[in-house]
Amino acid sequence: MNTLLRHKGWTWGFRSTLLLYFLLLVILPLLGVYYHSLSEGWRQFAESITDPIAWKAVWLTVRLALVAAVINMLIGTMIGWVLVRCRFPGRTLLNSLVDLPFALPTAVGGLMILLLLGPASWVGQAAGALGFDIVFHPPAIIIAMVFVTFPFVIRAVQPLLEEIDPSEEEAARTLGASGFRVFFQVVLPSMLPGILSGGMLAFSRALAEFGAVVLVAGNIPGRTLVASVYIYGEVESDHTAGAAAVSVLLLTLSFIILWVVNWVQTRGKNQ
Amino acid sequence: MNKLWIVLTYAVFTVLLIIPLVRMTTAAFSGGLGELGAALSRPEALHAFMMTALVVVTVTILNTLLGMMTAVYLVRGNWMSRWLRRLMNSLVDLPYAVSPVIGGLMIVLLLGPGSAAGAFFDHIGFKIVYAFPGMVIATLFVTFPLMVREVMPVLQEIGTQQEEAASTLGAYSWTTFWKVTWPSIRWAVIYGLVLTIARALGEFGAVLVVSGNIINRTQTATTLIYQDVENFNVTSANGAALVLAAFSIGLMLLMEWAKKRRGVH
Repeated sequence: MNTLLRHKGWTWGFRSTLLLYFLLLVILPLLGVYYHSLSEGWRQFAESITDPIAWKAVWLTVRLALVAAVINMLIGTMIGWVLVRCRFPGRTLLNSLVDLPFALPTAVGGLMILLLLGPASWVGQAAGALGFDIVFHPPAIIIAMVFVTFPFVIRAVQPLLEEIDPSEEEAARTLGASGFRVFFQVVLPSMLPGILSGGMLAFSRALAEFGAVVLVAGNIPGRTLVASVYIYGEVESDHTAGAAAVSVLLLTLSFIILWVVNWVQTRGKNQ
Repeated sequence: MNKLWIVLTYAVFTVLLIIPLVRMTTAAFSGGLGELGAALSRPEALHAFMMTALVVVTVTILNTLLGMMTAVYLVRGNWMSRWLRRLMNSLVDLPYAVSPVIGGLMIVLLLGPGSAAGAFFDHIGFKIVYAFPGMVIATLFVTFPLMVREVMPVLQEIGTQQEEAASTLGAYSWTTFWKVTWPSIRWAVIYGLVLTIARALGEFGAVLVVSGNIINRTQTATTLIYQDVENFNVTSANGAALVLAAFSIGLMLLMEWAKKRRGVH
């Protein structure tokens, strides 16, 4: 048995299986999309992405994701700070609840927003009476994006806050700084890398989000049609070249963001 | 001053997480238990849950084994050159950056009816896209980083001393793995397992594109919810959503419990 297990073939088998798996699962599909988007030439690629419906969808997604990321950076900073610094009943419970949006299937998240704000709910009816549209319009898309990316900033900020030496704050306070000044000049600068990298992760996730968004987004080009829903529509109607072109735009954007996050994090560590 | 922030934090949690969850639960029970039962025991719903279960089990097994192997090789694989390991290490996170719809599109482009590989497999009578294998591949792609990222830091932390000691004392590499490495990465593997199950259970975008969402054939629980909502059949969607939510919250609690037991966080 042992001689069988020690045979050299095992090592080689494992190694090549793994490399092959990696290549087939991660690298090849990705190259496939880039290849397919260019398979009909640069002209076709340019036509696909300059199609007004396509670039308007991408532009709308970028704007909405940016709003969602900023909202998340604000509430995430607040919640992260409260959860680390304040002691109050229910703190542990809230801290566990933070991860709920990651745990819930995104389609369930979208359905929850639809139920809560949809035309049949009283919020939807009240908004309708006031002349607002929530569901199938930008507000609901932003809410869905905020919901799905909720944990990112909080989880990025918490470890940084726990690391801060309380004596710095005490020093600032004994030197007569006000609470606001201590926060903005001592606490916030050390939270900033977390806020930024968490915010960027939230932004890239919001760009890519599909499940929660598809249930509450509409299909008016430039106003309520987001990129991932547009890609899905193109795939459904068998326009894979157009879908691939928009995918390439989105992918490249996400890669740049991830790369910047990486850069910010390594820079933060080196300092 | 602090009180204001605590109240605001509670407000955000209530509005963003608790009210939607409660609303969905009450909506699912609004027609009484009978209607909920009827929505869940529709043949297409039963089939969808069975599909989800099959995908989750297959993906969890494959991703656990291959993810562990990837982590071990990325940390310990001295047979790969340094830059290759670094490159692979940064590529592991790729699926995080890719929209699930794009992930599904990639698989359709690569293995779908229009591609050479797809035509070949079709010819030998093995359907990948719009069938079970494609759904497994899509979910594997999406869950790939979870296990690797849980196990890698632990492997880096424990270092190689104990393993080297074991092998100088004459232990075979299998024995070293089971007796020395495995006990220290066990918890990380369990975390990765729970995360993989949760993610596979809830995967929607990639599976929707790859499966084609064919009722009673390739429909999963999440794509059933989508179809019910599209057909304005929100009551039935609530039932399936409630079951999925209960499962994922259960997994989340399990994770919290496991972490507490280990004394982390």
